[in-house]
Amino acid sequence: MVAPTADAPISRGPSLPIARPGRESTRSWPLLDRGFYWACWATGIGLCLIAAWVVLYMMVKGLAFLEPSMLVTSPKPEITQQGSGGFFDPIVGTFVIVAIGTALAVPIGMGIAVWLSEYARPGWLARTVESALETLAGVPSVVLALFGLLVFSRGFLGFLSESSVSGGVTGTSFLTAGVAMGVLATPLVVAANYEALALLPSRLREGSHALGKTRITTIRYVLLPAIRASSATGGVLAMGRIVGDTAIITILLGGGVNTEPNGGFLGLLRGTGATLTSYIFYESPAGEGNSHEKAYAAAFVLLLIVLALNGLAVWIARDRSVARRSIWSAFGWDLPWTR
Amino acid sequence: MIGFGQRAPHPHAAARRDRRAELTLGAFAVGVLVVIAAMVVTVAIKAWPSFSHNGLAWFGSGAEPDASMRAMRDSTPLPGHSIYYFRAWPLIWGTIVTTLPAVLIALVVSTLAAVFLTEFAPSAVRRTVEPVVRLLAGVPSIIYGLIGILALAPWIEHDFISNSRKQSVIYVVQLNGNNLSTGAVILAVMILPIMVAITMNALAAVPGSWKEGSAALGVNRWRTIWRVSLRTARPAIVAGLILATARALGEAVMLDLVAGSRDFNANPLDGLTFLYEPVRPLAATIFQEAGGLNIGALSHTLYAIAAVLLVSATLLSLAGWATKRSIARFGVL
Amino acid sequence: MGSALDSLTPPPIRRIALDRAPTVAPAPTGGNGHGATVVSEPSQPSRAARLRASRPPVASVRERMQLESVWLAYGENWVVRDVSLTVREGEVLALIGASGSGKTTLLRSLNRLTEITEGAARAGRVTLDGEDVHSLEVNSLRRRVSMVFQQPNPFPMSIFDNVAYSLAEQSPARGRRRRRRSPEIEQAVIEALRRAGLYEEVAGDLGRPALRLSGGQQQRLCIARALAAKPEVLLLDEPCSALDPISTATIEELIVSLRSQVAIVIVTHNLQQAFRVADHVAFMHLGELVEYGAAEQVFDRPTQERTREYVSGAFG
Repeated sequence: MVAPTADAPISRGPSLPIARPGRESTRSWPLLDRGFYWACWATGIGLCLIAAWVVLYMMVKGLAFLEPSMLVTSPKPEITQQGSGGFFDPIVGTFVIVAIGTALAVPIGMGIAVWLSEYARPGWLARTVESALETLAGVPSVVLALFGLLVFSRGFLGFLSESSVSGGVTGTSFLTAGVAMGVLATPLVVAANYEALALLPSRLREGSHALGKTRITTIRYVLLPAIRASSATGGVLAMGRIVGDTAIITILLGGGVNTEPNGGFLGLLRGTGATLTSYIFYESPAGEGNSHEKAYAAAFVLLLIVLALNGLAVWIARDRSVARRSIWSAFGWDLPWTR
Repeated sequence: MIGFGQRAPHPHAAARRDRRAELTLGAFAVGVLVVIAAMVVTVAIKAWPSFSHNGLAWFGSGAEPDASMRAMRDSTPLPGHSIYYFRAWPLIWGTIVTTLPAVLIALVVSTLAAVFLTEFAPSAVRRTVEPVVRLLAGVPSIIYGLIGILALAPWIEHDFISNSRKQSVIYVVQLNGNNLSTGAVILAVMILPIMVAITMNALAAVPGSWKEGSAALGVNRWRTIWRVSLRTARPAIVAGLILATARALGEAVMLDLVAGSRDFNANPLDGLTFLYEPVRPLAATIFQEAGGLNIGALSHTLYAIAAVLLVSATLLSLAGWATKRSIARFGVL
Repeated sequence: MGSALDSLTPPPIRRIALDRAPTVAPAPTGGNGHGATVVSEPSQPSRAARLRASRPPVASVRERMQLESVWLAYGENWVVRDVSLTVREGEVLALIGASGSGKTTLLRSLNRLTEITEGAARAGRVTLDGEDVHSLEVNSLRRRVSMVFQQPNPFPMSIFDNVAYSLAEQSPARGRRRRRRSPEIEQAVIEALRRAGLYEEVAGDLGRPALRLSGGQQQRLCIARALAAKPEVLLLDEPCSALDPISTATIEELIVSLRSQVAIVIVTHNLQQAFRVADHVAFMHLGELVEYGAAEQVFDRPTQERTREYVSGAFG
């Protein structure tokens, strides 16, 4: 047997001068190309500056005007700024609306995504549903709010909201706004889950079927656990969308700022109220309250909530590229059936 | 051996359960379909009286929309017209004049900025800016509206609109910081982050072998970006554009805050003053008049406006789908 | 040798024991072609040698590029150490060696593609027709020294646009680009496709998407694309490693026929391929140029022990 011999690398360097070339210099480029190059730099830096300015401005103004008492006091309409309370009601309202909307959108959205991905029979129905979802994703929320008002002010749905003495139904309540939000958020949830299911390797399904399991069993015990992270991120992103919408709130939840329960067990839910978004609108120069300090403070709190939701989504998707992709699809930026 | 999850070992029972599950889930899907169909149908039905009374002139100009709507609220029709009389052109024009510039600005700026961030910027800059851009994409539009009305509008009013300009049109309209330029700018700022994020994603997905091959053929970096990277990213950019336009069209609250909330028919022949005239887009109109939804004629008019918005949203989706199909021919999509 | 010193040296190379003299392509004996047994001496010229001999002759050989004491590094490691070579038009130079021997890095330095990587460093001199390549403008250099990569990488465009790509990007003195469909470009595209041996197969529809071609066709398309700008030197980085044998044979024929017009440098893992196509061979090991000479000499009568071990298949 031939004994292995080691080869010692010669650990010297070159005796000649060493050059470290950088990136390609643009000196020799045609003028047009150089122009674009500088335009990219200018725009890029400009974008960074605008982004920084927006973030810092909101932080500065928000912190300047935010007092902890605002978070726990209800709004009290008054002439002077001092005693008009905080925005506790709107904060509660935000949470209630998000809860209702997500509770509706997530199960329904997941169910639709599963149906589209695993069953999708008959074919024409599946395609129609896909087109309908894509249309829904593009519908302005004002239109959705209008439609909601139309539906919920019918007499037989009066139990969902307030009925006045003369028998007219207002159609505005937490429940109605929540349902509208659920409809708004459903396409996001469907997209996130569908994308995740589509990215699952087929061997998961094949293996389960080889064991003789039905499709629904496979879905329940194999596929859904596998897409847990993507579903969670989809749900979080739906929450983000719900938190940020104003039009549905103002139209379907009333323009006030206090929670006005409607009496009874579901009183709170059937009553009107406000969320942070409608409160900000109220306190802006266009609304009746017009105290911009409160508006900034509330906007700051809203921003923190959005930041927290974003961070939550990123954290859930931290190790999973599939879930990260579903963040994109959840915004409809990558809707699989539009490819 | 039964294995997980099977409570009914009988094959027929299992198949029945599967079938039931399929039908239930299918019912969800059909439910969504029903909701959307119902929405389209009801909006169309409620909108019809307004269109039928005005015909195609609905889209034209005539009396100011605000005056028409006031007449509907007071139940006293304008002289010589029915209660349904409505001419939407100032609102349509307001939509065009805020949305179009915003989308164009956002397209150019987002593409250049995305190229900067993915190709030219030092990685430290990219790593800091990328999450900020993603965060900004999720910021609620009311916050942009707040910044617009409390920060941008006063600045524009103070620094751009001179007193003499205001005086020159004072009998027709009052100029202030809430005008179409502010609206367009804030709209652009709002849709920029989404488009930048989508474009950055698409550019990063371009296979490195293509860029390397292009460099090895003696093509400089910018031309490589232009002819290979941007071309490959084109479908994604189009998708982002469609998404951003849909969002811009549907933006009611924010534009109501900053674009002037007056149904003024901004006149480009006014020269530079044109940029500072107040407008109100369609969606913002619905939002502002939403209180009057129980008044007959007014509600029909509002639903008519909603119908126009619905149709444009659908047309946008169709356009996006069609463009992507034609572009995808050469790529790996 | 103490264990401490061992930790500074690369792991020893494991050798396969040989009991016969080294040949690159031992010939199968007999007419039936199967049941080839090991022969200690080929009684007739091997098939590979016959292939070599049947190559078309070249009129003249001209020096194109010179490498003088070239050192290359990524980060802190010197990947190529003190290499000096000559690249000539009219012949094929094959860079052979085990993985990690630095041959690909050396190839990429010839058209300054190493600069794309951050932290690359170099020393020594590379000249093209007497001029230092680092004093030339990098993009004009790359049009004179073209490269074909291991994985075919046609752009997501039509066949025509792929080949016309670098032509359309050239800016003649006036600084304006030529129109993509001008007659000069069409002519150049057809000629490049012919030189790459692809024209007959795609002549029917040059507007077809390039990504729909087969692997071998895509690689020939990349060669055509590289030839479109009429380069002086063609660099090939293991061009056949991702292809089937028939495509490989086609491309090897192509290489052999092109060598009279273009200087060719090919990096290859495949010793038989090097034997089939190369005129000069440079054997690299761990960044160093171990042996450099005519192909017949390096394969049949290597002067270095390391070379003999490599070409006989003892390692690599």
